[in-house]
Amino acid sequence: MSGFKTLQGKAAALDRANVDTDQIIPKQFLKRIEKTGFGQYLFYDWRFTKEGLPNPEFELNKEENQDAPILIANENFGCGSSREHAPWALSDYGFKVIIAPSFADIFHQNCLKNGLLPITLPAETVDYLLESAKSQPYALRVDLQNQLIEDENDFSASFSINEYWKKMLINGWDEIEITLQLEKIISDFEEKQLAVQ
Amino acid sequence: MGKSIIDKIWEKHVVHREEGKPDLMYIDLHLVHEVTSPQAFSGLRMKNRKVRRPDKTFATVDHNIPTDNRTVINDPVALNQMTTLERNCLEFGIPLAGLDSPEQGIVHVIGPELGLTQPGMTIVCGDSHTSTHGAFGSIAFGIGTSEVEHVMATQTLWQSKPKTLKLEINGELKKGVTAKDVILYIIAKNGIGFGTGHIIEYCGETLAKMSMEERMTICNMSIEGGARAGLVSPDETTFAYLQGRKYAPEGAEFTQAVEKWKEIVSDPEAAYDKTIQIDAADIAPMVSWGTNPSMTSKVNEQIPQLEDCKNELEQKSLARALDYMGLKEGQKIEDIQIQHVFIGSCTNSRLEDLKQAAEIIRGKKIHPQVRALVVPGSQQVKKQAEDEGLHLIFKQAGFEWRESGCSMCLSMNNDIVPSGEHCASTSNRNFEGRQGSGARTHLVSPLMAAAAALYGHFVDVGALLSAEAVQ
Ligand code: SF4
Repeated sequence: MSGFKTLQGKAAALDRANVDTDQIIPKQFLKRIEKTGFGQYLFYDWRFTKEGLPNPEFELNKEENQDAPILIANENFGCGSSREHAPWALSDYGFKVIIAPSFADIFHQNCLKNGLLPITLPAETVDYLLESAKSQPYALRVDLQNQLIEDENDFSASFSINEYWKKMLINGWDEIEITLQLEKIISDFEEKQLAVQ
Repeated sequence: MGKSIIDKIWEKHVVHREEGKPDLMYIDLHLVHEVTSPQAFSGLRMKNRKVRRPDKTFATVDHNIPTDNRTVINDPVALNQMTTLERNCLEFGIPLAGLDSPEQGIVHVIGPELGLTQPGMTIVCGDSHTSTHGAFGSIAFGIGTSEVEHVMATQTLWQSKPKTLKLEINGELKKGVTAKDVILYIIAKNGIGFGTGHIIEYCGETLAKMSMEERMTICNMSIEGGARAGLVSPDETTFAYLQGRKYAPEGAEFTQAVEKWKEIVSDPEAAYDKTIQIDAADIAPMVSWGTNPSMTSKVNEQIPQLEDCKNELEQKSLARALDYMGLKEGQKIEDIQIQHVFIGSCTNSRLEDLKQAAEIIRGKKIHPQVRALVVPGSQQVKKQAEDEGLHLIFKQAGFEWRESGCSMCLSMNNDIVPSGEHCASTSNRNFEGRQGSGARTHLVSPLMAAAAALYGHFVDVGALLSAEAVQ
């Protein structure tokens, strides 16, 4: 996992509410036993026609959205199943940041754990971003260090993020390593728990 | 100020707390299945890590296994996942209820059934319906594969404490109204986001009267209301259920355990971040008609009108849902034609659910246009049902009687609803494509599903039961 302090790039708009993880990565693609390679199946039922051809109607297939590292979505993004394949697929496809008015809890957690930055902004702000990105190429600059989003005009908004996750994301750290440093505390807890039983 | 069961369990499990970080929580039970674990095991292997407490870990196969013929697995990828789990369990020393085990079943059915699930525990599993185990008074929630790996390596998780929501249900349930209707009603009324960021504690006199099976059905769908978890304070019903189960404490230890379990029950004056009251008498048999569980109405109602939507976003999602479902605004729920019936899933596949459904169809035949499936939640449920002759009732009515697994709840195996066809399903999710690409899912109770199987469309099972009682 590589971290980042700032990110500059194209932003793609996906103006749909309650996009669930079954939509992000349909279940027929969950049977792999690797963590990688899920990007090709991202939004599969929307991205491809029944014949398996790219669906020209679908937002992410539009020319101006190719290789966008930033996704602007609508409310309750990532609801549904806890499958982590959803952030894997989004990352593998190339997204690094997702902006929405709200995220489903588990999905939000899963993003952070997989080095994907979910940014929650007020609905009006997201509406502005969606409108800006919908019909023309649109770029954003995400400054994680200073918790700011800016476009090339004069839009700027700040966002909040838990300090812990901010540090993890900037450094691209593995959580298990950090926890294993607390081995002694965990063992002590286990002994105490055994004693009261 | 008193404490809720949520506060009490949480405090008991904090291993480490530090400024600016979530709490490091100890995990008492980790349930594992074939779909969300392979990448976690391979992560451990890559870094040369061990499973810290295999004795607090239990695995089974459920998600993509066949439920018809167990001996032939045609899907090479599913087979690969299953054998990968077997290999991983062997390598890391984890107990496994494999495909041929009499203890095999849906992970959320076998945890309680084997007595692995106990009050006061923290329980996790790489599946969002882990909230089911909350019925026993435990904090149980779904986690992703990275977290699965983290729990395997450390038996802990970094978690920020969710807010608490007290959901009180009082009053008498009407005839034909089940626990499934209660939770569908709650979600229909409050929306799929009402529980976001919260753990729900279900309480009230209606709930106190419910069996463990019914409580599990309710807690199971907490996640469909957006909550992190849902639970019920343990009581005599809970203790009676657990006594004598394989992994539950025995003899004097059981008595001691009960005393300890009683301590975690919510204090009467406990404070919550949010409270919701539900009147049980308002609830009718429910049917979902849309593509998320809040798009649900009473069976004798109609699908909402576009012009009645609160805002444009709601109108857009209603239009989208109706388009996907092939339904019209204002259409009567009872007029929806059904081609498939699925009785199963971790929401409604326990013995009590099967018994209820069997009562409706006893001595009758399913509608000729309907294909109906019963998939017991576990091999134990299947055996108990067969001991009581339920399989004969189902088979004589025209149902297929299957082996245990998730089956048509998510259709990862070949139990699929064809595109454009409607399925009355006792499962918990009606998302687009959940039961197959283009499949149209209607979430209902086992009673409603059984009645729909007979008539080929939805009928008010409350009225049906009342009419039968008169005869
Ligand atoms: S029955 Fe459905 S919801 Fe339950 S564990 Fe299986 S797939 Fe998940």
